Order: sequence, then C-alpha cells, then structure tokens
Amino acid sequence: MVRIIDRRSDSRNKSAVNRQRFMRRFKGQIRKAVADAIDGRSIKDLDNGENVTIPAKDLSEPHFQHGDGGIWEQVYSGNDQFSTGDEISRPLNGGSGSGKGASNEGESEDEFGFQLSREEFLDIFFDDLALPNLIKTQLAKIPEYKSHRAGFAADGVPTNLNLVRSMRSALGRRLALSGPHNARLRELHKEIEELEAQTPQDEEAIRALKEEATLLRIKIEAIPFLDTFDLRYNNRIKTPVPSMQAVMFCLMDVSGSMDEEKKATAKRFFMLLYLFLTRTYEHIEVVFIRHHTIAKEVDEENFFHSRESGGTVVSSALDMMRDIVQERYASGLWNIYGAQASDGDNWENDSPRCKELLSSAILPFMQFFAYIEITPGEPQNLWREYEKLVGAHSNFAMQRIEKYADIYPVFRELFKKTLV
Amino acid sequence: MSNASPKKRNRKPLPAPSEWNFELIEEYHKEIRRVAHGYGLDTYPNQIEVITAEQMMDAYASVGMPVNYNHWSFGKQFISTEKGYRRGQMGLAYEIVINSNPCISYLMEENTMTMQALVIAHAAYGHNSFFKGNYLFRAWTNADAIVDYLIFAKNFLAECEERHGEEAVELLLDSCHALMSVGVDRYKRPPKLSMQKEKLRQKEREDYLQSQVNDLWRTLPMQEAKASQSAERRFPSEPEENLLYFIEKSAPLLEPWQREVVRIVRKVSQYFFPQRQTQVMNEGWATYWHYTLLNTLYDEGLLADSFMMEFLHSHTNVVMQPPYNVPWHRGINPYALGFAMWTDIRRICDEPTEEDYRWFPDIAGSNWRETFDFAMRNFKDESFVAQFLSPKVIRDFRLFAILDDDDETRLKVAAIHDDAGYQKIRETMSEQYNIGSKEPNLQVWNVDVRGDRSLTLRHQAFKRRPLAASADEMLKHVARLWGFTVRLETADDDGIIQRTRECRVETRTAMPTVA
Repeated sequence: MVRIIDRRSDSRNKSAVNRQRFMRRFKGQIRKAVADAIDGRSIKDLDNGENVTIPAKDLSEPHFQHGDGGIWEQVYSGNDQFSTGDEISRPLNGGSGSGKGASNEGESEDEFGFQLSREEFLDIFFDDLALPNLIKTQLAKIPEYKSHRAGFAADGVPTNLNLVRSMRSALGRRLALSGPHNARLRELHKEIEELEAQTPQDEEAIRALKEEATLLRIKIEAIPFLDTFDLRYNNRIKTPVPSMQAVMFCLMDVSGSMDEEKKATAKRFFMLLYLFLTRTYEHIEVVFIRHHTIAKEVDEENFFHSRESGGTVVSSALDMMRDIVQERYASGLWNIYGAQASDGDNWENDSPRCKELLSSAILPFMQFFAYIEITPGEPQNLWREYEKLVGAHSNFAMQRIEKYADIYPVFRELFKKTLV
Repeated sequence: MSNASPKKRNRKPLPAPSEWNFELIEEYHKEIRRVAHGYGLDTYPNQIEVITAEQMMDAYASVGMPVNYNHWSFGKQFISTEKGYRRGQMGLAYEIVINSNPCISYLMEENTMTMQALVIAHAAYGHNSFFKGNYLFRAWTNADAIVDYLIFAKNFLAECEERHGEEAVELLLDSCHALMSVGVDRYKRPPKLSMQKEKLRQKEREDYLQSQVNDLWRTLPMQEAKASQSAERRFPSEPEENLLYFIEKSAPLLEPWQREVVRIVRKVSQYFFPQRQTQVMNEGWATYWHYTLLNTLYDEGLLADSFMMEFLHSHTNVVMQPPYNVPWHRGINPYALGFAMWTDIRRICDEPTEEDYRWFPDIAGSNWRETFDFAMRNFKDESFVAQFLSPKVIRDFRLFAILDDDDETRLKVAAIHDDAGYQKIRETMSEQYNIGSKEPNLQVWNVDVRGDRSLTLRHQAFKRRPLAASADEMLKHVARLWGFTVRLETADDDGIIQRTRECRVETRTAMPTVA
C-alpha cells in the first residue's frame, strides 16, 4: 500500500545550519567582498542586502581528476558533415581539452556569487563590535523617562493635589460620619413636633429633646470639612523610554592636502559608524561639516565630492559643531556621536584650542567621539594634542590609518579599545 | 503506444485539473500501480511525500537524502541552488527519489496534477524497480538501512563536534570528501555478510594460533630468514584502490572517532557509487516506464487528452538530445540515450529486422519483458552500452567519435554512424561510461613501514592523461589523514615513473602523538 505524506508543514530551513557553516567558513572572503561593496554605496544605504562574490577557487572542493592532455576519445551526437578519417582543427577556446565536453557550470566559473540578506550584511560588520557607553545605555536602557498619569494616590506633592477628587472624598467622609447624627436629629424633630402638638404640652420633655438636638448639631458641625485623609493627588509614574534617536556629526578636513583616496577612507569610516548607529537607533540625523580655514555645513554630495584648497583650522569645525548641538540637539533626547577625519595637518596654534573645545564644550555631551588621522607619515600636531584627551575621556577614541586597506581592522580596533 | 490497441476507450477519464489534491494523487497512483504490476515491475513499497520548493532545495543540498550530517559544502550547494532558482535560471527537478525501503519519492507542491502523475510513474515505479532489481544496487546498497544509517551518522558527527570542536570535524570531513571518489570499491564485490563474519572469526582464530606458534618457535634459529622476508614484504601487500578504506584501517595516527568519520564518508560514497555507474540505464529505464505506463492508461481511456498534451510536452523536453554544434550541447543526455536504447530493445524483441538478427541474435524476437528484466538486472552503463547500443540508435542520434590526441595538431573523426563505425562507436561510448577510465586510476602503492612511514600512491596514467592541478591540493588532504609524508607517483603504461609529487609532513609535529 502506498503511503502519501504531506511534509509541507515540516521544518523548513533544514539547510540553515549548513548555510551558516558556509558563512562562517568563508567569513574572511565574505568580509572582504562586503568591504568592497561599500564603495558603491551611500552612507545611508542600508536597507538592502548585498550580492557578494567570492573567488571560486577558495571554495573549491578538489578531487583527483584528469587534466588536459593525453589521448581522449569521445562520442558526440548530431553528425552533419563528418566522415571517418576527417581531420578537424581544435576549437580555439576549448584548447586541447575539447574532448572533454562542455563545462556544466556555465560562464561564471571564477566566482561564486550569492545574496547576503541585510541582516547578514550587517552582522558581518558588527559581529564583535561594540561602542563605548552604548553598552551601558543598552543594558540599562533608561537614558530617558517619560512620565504619565497612573490614577490617584493618597499622598504626593501639593502641586499634584486633585481638588475635585479631594472634595469628593471629603464629602463622602462627612456624609458617612454625620449620617447617624442626622438620622437621630430627624427623629428628635419628629418627636418634638409630636410633643408640641399635644395639649397639655410636656415642657420638660420638649426641652430635653431640644437640648439633645442642639448637642447633635454641634457634633455634626464638629466634623471637619476637609481632612488630610481626604486629600487625593494625581499620580504620575515614570516609565523608561529608550532613546530612539541619534545625531551623528561627520567632520572632515577638505583642505588641499586631503586627496580623493583619503576622502574615500574617511567615507568608510563615517559609513561604518552610521551603520552601527542604525542598529541601535530608530531615527538618525547626520550633520556633515567640512572645513578648511572656515567650516560649513553641507549635504552629503558636497561633503565627499567638492574640493577646496587652502589652510586648515580645525577648531572652526568644532565651533560649528558645538553651536549646532546647542541649537538643535540640546534637549537631551538626542544621542550625539561625532566622527572626525583629517590628515592631521592643522594650523599649529589652533590645535591646543581644538583640544580645549573638545574637552570642555563637546565631549561632555557626546556618547562617543572618534578621531581618525589619515596619514602615511608621522603624527601631526593635532594628533599630539588629542592624545592628551585619551586618558581623561572614556568616550573619546583616536586612531591612525595609514593604508586604504587598513580601514576595516582599524575601525574595529577603534571601538574595541575604548570599550567600557 | 503503438502495439497497445485502442481497446476500451470508452472508460471515463480521471479528472485532470491543473491543481492536484491528495485524493487525486491516490487515485492516479492506484491506476499507475495496477498497470505497473500488469507489466510485472517489482518494486519496494512506495512512500510518496509532498514537499515545498524550499524543502526540495534542502533535499538537493543534502545530496538528495532526507537527513544528512552538517557540513559547509552542503550550505554552498544550497546557496547556489537557491540562487539559480530565485533568478529563474534553473527549474528544480520535478522529483527526487531515494533508494530506500520503502522507496521515498518527493513530489513538489508546485507541480501540476499531470506532473505529479508523471513523477509517480517515473520515480515510484521506474526508479524504484531499478533500485530493487539492478545487481549493483543489490550488492552495494542496503535500502533497508540507509536512512537509519544517515541518522546515525548525523548524530555521531554532532557528538564529535561537541566533543572535539566543529573545526576539527569540519577539516576531517573536508579531507574525506575530497577522497570520496577514490573511496569506493570498484572491482571488489562485497562478500555475503554471514560469510564475511565467518571469515573474520576464522581469521581471529588463525591469528591466535599463529601467535601461539610464533611463541613456540621463537627460540629456534628462524630469525634470519624472517627478517629478509619482512624487509621485502610490502604494505599493503596488494595495491589498494579504496583510499578511504585504507586510511580508515591503516592510518597510524587517527583516533577511533576519526576512523569512524572516515568510515561514514566511505559508506555514503559507496552508497552513491551504483548511481554514478547506472545513469543512462536508470534514467532511461524510469523514462521508458513513465512513458509506457501513462500511454497504457491513455489507451485504456483513463487519461484525458489535455493530460496527455502536457505530459508529452515535458516528456519531449526531457528526452531531447541537442546536436554537438549548438551552444546548449552538454554532451550526451542520459535520459535521451537511455530512453532510446530501452525503446529500441523492445523494438528488437517485437519487430526485429535482418540487421538486428545479425547484431543481437540472442534477443531479437525474444520476449521483451524477459529481456528487459535481464538487461535491467545484470548491467551497468558501461556494459549496457557495450551490449545493447544498436546500429539504429547510433543512426538516430547520428553519433560520431572524435579522437583527441595531444600529440597531433588536429582532431580526428574516428568513427561515424556507418557499418564500419558502429562497433567503434559502441566501444568508445562504453569506455566513456567506464568510471575506471573516466577518473584517474589511483592506488595505495606502498608504506615505508620501517622508515618514515611515508605513504606512496601510484597514479597509473591511462592513455597519457595527466592528473589535474588539483592533485597537489589533494595530497595535502591525504597527508592530513595519513599524518606522515605522502608521495604520488605517476607511472606510464610501461610502469615507468614519470613524475612524483610530494606533500611532506614534519615528523616532529607528528611524533609526540605517536609516542
């Protein structure tokens, strides 16, 4: 008898484990492919996965095989012109291995390409990457509170006193406390009326009843109009709200000494930071400030592609950043991140001022501020000044990038180092 | 269809909607089974499982088995299958069938009713009867146990990963997988199990007696003679073709769990070996039977015309053989060749011509069912082609043989479909399906037992065909398993060593584990 089984609802993704193994095994190559892919992206372009390709030779599974050469005989179908003994020149592309038939793989033999999902794409960047302070914020997850009503409480501060509620409960209390007295009073009035209606009147009894009624009235009067017991306060409780927004400042030196390659390096640096922030925050604003001797806020296109020349005054950018923070992002609802890229070439007298600015006016408001110096040579004066900040501020990090290829490891190093 | 006379076309055809449902599958299956039994097809019980496209890709990735151990290479397979499928470059196979008892056939959810019926006829009766009948499958695969064995393998490897780390297991599997194609017994046949056990016991007894004997004779002056003997003694005494077997039994440094892993890969490889050797026969057989079974049903009036149109459409696609000069030529299509050969065997039995009597005196005019049964049971592709490739099929396919000798500047047409060429084409084609010559011939040649324990493999070059560049990489895999230096000699037809490759293993790193 046949058994027909519906397996459609059985576990899917049986291959998920194997896929993960594949990803783990070729992490190095995939990382490299991902890093290459960034070149073509805008720094905010994160909603897509990525098609990555890995050199096929890296993931070949070798077997003992025959190579080209030797004597081969092979049968083909569809003879339309040949007779026994005919000689044919070798097909050009097939080389001497033409006897082995066509490849079954098709054209892309050198590369193995596949689609990374957005998550996988990001995971590859952030697998073991963490940002300082962020850990705290994430674990505690209470950078901000939102207070909202939660009924009424019997105690609280005077400003929260709820008059209506308090008066209502006072009324209730008075009614409750005076109830028995009032009932007795009504009885007394009735009795007095009855006695007064009688002839001859019992003066003695009436007076006694009236006396009792007066006493009751005094008792009723004595019930306090408002007791502390009656007071009701609006109750407000605080619930933690994760701060969902961040602003990221990109500061870059665009003076003549910053060439396109340095800018490309800087771009990746900014991009990686941005990518990381999108993981944590729902809403991110990016402020681009470029500077030579004066700073200017620009859009992304201009930030990366327009070229200026002239000297360098880094503090102009820091001034501008401070002002923008105070104007637009001072509410405390913003997580502020800063990333500065420069070739370190600054006007000599300006560097100490930069340090001062950072330390007193900027770093206190920052979740994190990172500085990279893209230079193949000796550290420049800005570097030496900034170095003094490293110990004092746990939310400050700096790193030198020498080669274009260093960017990724440097980035990770940067965030690892200052991890709190 | 030709000889099945239009008997009773008056029966009401089965409904043929494009959407399938379980009742209909059962109904179709019942009719197909009836006809199949009418033709005398002997099968394992059938188990038909309906799966989604995604599950089909999963099955693809685990070499078609319902369960398998984990390895990145299966992930790679899955990713490339998925990629091809998503981009629409590649349709999935309509079915996967597993040589097990009961025989499991997968039907894909997306198939139409017609396709499901086609798959049932093709897999559940065609392949299934081949699995049960063919001598290679009977000798080499244990249909009752394969699924259980794979479950055991999966659990065992998962345990190993827990104990020894995923990476250690992965590297070991990499090396074993690399040696899969040389991890099979090609020429040996397994002895009957009881016999094997008997021999083993016998051997044990013998060994015991021998040790007693040696002890008894130890004091006698035999040493000199023995020493010279053992110096000449080779290990292994006969060259061994099954590298994985040799490594499992003899690699000095492997731990027991590693030996077991080698064994698992070897067993799986051996399980699939018959399939690699019977592609033309097996696919041709299944195709012949789905065609015959469904046409018989049609002749009985059970299948609607619309059903037949759809069925013939996809059948025709399956058995198409593109000629050599079109870009989509991919060699000989085993479905096309197999189908044509089985169809022609039947023709030779039913309506033999004068030519057939010359070429096939034994089967021309014989009972076709008996001849089919005989051919299905006792051949593999190589011998099947050598025995049954008829001049008519050669003519129909317009086959021709090309000789490619790298000493010559030009290719040569060795034979075409004419009287002079039939035999030559048959031989060439048979050789083409001979795995022994398609793949390099490698043997374990010697182990330097008394010296550095290095292992020497010998590649016996056939027709001057060299090894591919992957050989160097392969030696590393062999060395990883063997634990000592591995050498690979390539010998020409005269037994003269032409080239030696080597993968050295520093004994210093290996020694501590030995000591």
